[in-house]
Amino acid sequence: MNRMMAIIEREMRKFFRSPALMMVSMIFPLVQLIVLGNAFGGKIKDAKLGLVDQDGGTQALKIREAFDSVRSNMRTFEPVYYTDQKRAVDDVRNGKIDGAVIIPPQYSRRVYEQDAPRIALVVDNSDNFMSSTLEGELTDITNALNQPTVSPRILQQTVLQIVELYPYIEYMKYLLPGSITLAMFVSVMIGGGMLYIDDKARGVHEGYLVTPITKMELVFGLNGAGAIKAVLTGVVITLVGSLLAGVGTVFHLDTDLGLMVMILLTSVGLNSMMFLMMVRVEDPLVPRATFGILNTLLFFPSGAIYPIQAFPWWLRAVAKADPFTYAVHGFKCLLLKETGLGAVVPDMIYLSIFALATLAVATPLFKRTL
Amino acid sequence: MIADLNTGTEISPNDSDARTTVSNAIEVEHIVKKYGDFTAVDNVSFRVKEGEIFGLLGPNGAGKSTLIRMMTTLIPITAGTARINGHDVQKDPNAARRAIGVIPQALTSDIDLTIEENLIIYAKLYDVPAKKRKAAIDELLELVDLTKWRNAQTKTLSGGMRRRLEIARGLVHSPQIFFLDEPTTGLDPVSRVAVWEMLTNIKSHRQLTILITTHYMDEADRLCDRIAIVDHGKLVALDTPMALKASVPGSNVIEAQFENPPADWEEKLHQLSAVTSVQHEGAGMYRILTGNGSKTTTELVELAVQAGVGVKSLSVQNTTLDDVFVHYTGRQLRDELQKAYSFVMPPRPGM
Repeated sequence: MNRMMAIIEREMRKFFRSPALMMVSMIFPLVQLIVLGNAFGGKIKDAKLGLVDQDGGTQALKIREAFDSVRSNMRTFEPVYYTDQKRAVDDVRNGKIDGAVIIPPQYSRRVYEQDAPRIALVVDNSDNFMSSTLEGELTDITNALNQPTVSPRILQQTVLQIVELYPYIEYMKYLLPGSITLAMFVSVMIGGGMLYIDDKARGVHEGYLVTPITKMELVFGLNGAGAIKAVLTGVVITLVGSLLAGVGTVFHLDTDLGLMVMILLTSVGLNSMMFLMMVRVEDPLVPRATFGILNTLLFFPSGAIYPIQAFPWWLRAVAKADPFTYAVHGFKCLLLKETGLGAVVPDMIYLSIFALATLAVATPLFKRTL
Repeated sequence: MIADLNTGTEISPNDSDARTTVSNAIEVEHIVKKYGDFTAVDNVSFRVKEGEIFGLLGPNGAGKSTLIRMMTTLIPITAGTARINGHDVQKDPNAARRAIGVIPQALTSDIDLTIEENLIIYAKLYDVPAKKRKAAIDELLELVDLTKWRNAQTKTLSGGMRRRLEIARGLVHSPQIFFLDEPTTGLDPVSRVAVWEMLTNIKSHRQLTILITTHYMDEADRLCDRIAIVDHGKLVALDTPMALKASVPGSNVIEAQFENPPADWEEKLHQLSAVTSVQHEGAGMYRILTGNGSKTTTELVELAVQAGVGVKSLSVQNTTLDDVFVHYTGRQLRDELQKAYSFVMPPRPGM
């Protein structure tokens, strides 16, 4: 036990003496949270939407008024008026404008005669997000135009009324659980992976191996130290990330208890996974080379930035085994939904089993000799 | 006195009871280490007496470090046995580990920790009781002259100071046997001498058996009571430095540099009386081993005058361990494939 604590003491002294290491493991996830959270969470504003009015009638004027209303209020787009349809379409293709609405000749007459009136929206569908936003906005406008002047007393169509359980969750908040998990992963990657291999290559472990320390003391000492570093990183990122993203649940004591358990189990699980991966590695280049692959393979399928339900079957299978998935789900429940411990117990059980399984495989593989 | 290479002990008519009166700190018997088809250590046996300083010499890749690693439980033994302080390193490795202090070839102290912290961590790893820890560290720091640097981070130390720290680290649990794998490699001459003096000083303060590997013959000559020469994984010689020097044919070495010597000059030098070997070392320099230094020197000068060959420099000295080494291993330097390690971590910047 004393020898195990000596290994942990040595690792922690190194950790606190190298602030750069602590910063590196925290800065990457925080930068990701701030940049991605702001880049992906916003709505389209001030897009340029061309308008070619070949009708010039009163119904076309209604559309122009609706466009002006959007420009003044939502500011989703700003109309740019064209007289030549071909030029407007060319400008969409060349990226000068983001879309073009064409009101054909006789549009107003067709509206009055209820003779299948149509307007066209030309979009650059190489940019799905922009095109779907414009499509959505134009659909809303046409729906409004199609409303009868006098509303019937009894609705004749089914209406969907949406009940949102939580206040609007900005994308930055949505990203926070993934960022916390990623920070702990970066910590175990550097603190438990790269430094472990570097120490081996520099002969530091050779120094340990000539002492009477047992294999189990060495395994638990190294894993304990790696997990403690990840816990510290997790706690700091949870606090700082919550403040940055404006998540107030972090100040609830009940939530904090659940968060601590989740941080602890995630740290142990990720660290034992890293230990298993590195247990027979000698070359310090290996953890550095695999960092990008592991990051992609673990972070992106976890549902941290996109819903798992949108994945193909094989990526869902990866997500099912990925410890990130359970960590992200657990943090999401606690931080964004305030569900209490009951909802995250399955995540905790998976992370515990994952940690025990990886450690059980890694321990026999760990060599007590060089 | 000659060395029995099978048992590693000297056999002398007047010393027949030596094995029973002096106990052995290290006993290595028919030890073998194989990496696949490659035999790194091949059937080596020797014994080191308590309190002795025992040197292991050999060219690069000869198997010295592999031998040390087997004795210090770092790598498994393929065949044979090694007993450290009476403990079989395979059957009771922890008992062997408690009896030994090890200074590996590389500088392995933690550069981010202070000198004292490094020693504290190792004292804990060796289960030195908390009450004795401080006194042991204070004494060692005094012994290696690092007391005033105890709070300095290891990365700020010079190579010589770091080596002294490693020596203190290896002794923090008061071992009976001390293994040093090339402790002065990479140090400047002043630091090397400082390490030698330190080892001699430590030896006078503590009842220690020391096993040391080195490339430096002067180091081995100065420090070691007995020397074993290892080559191609085999023990090729084992005796005291004096006896080893005496075992090389020729008691003197003449080093001479000539101006424009003819092509058959080496052959002519060989024909001088009492000459046992001649080595041409390039640039007109010859190294001649002879049993009679003065006679050979006289004849050599006469030969040069007769042949019209100018003598640029000439020196006569006694046989050194360098000559012993060359005699037993063939060459002074030999680089062989190091099979045990495929990667060596470069030092961190600033080290």
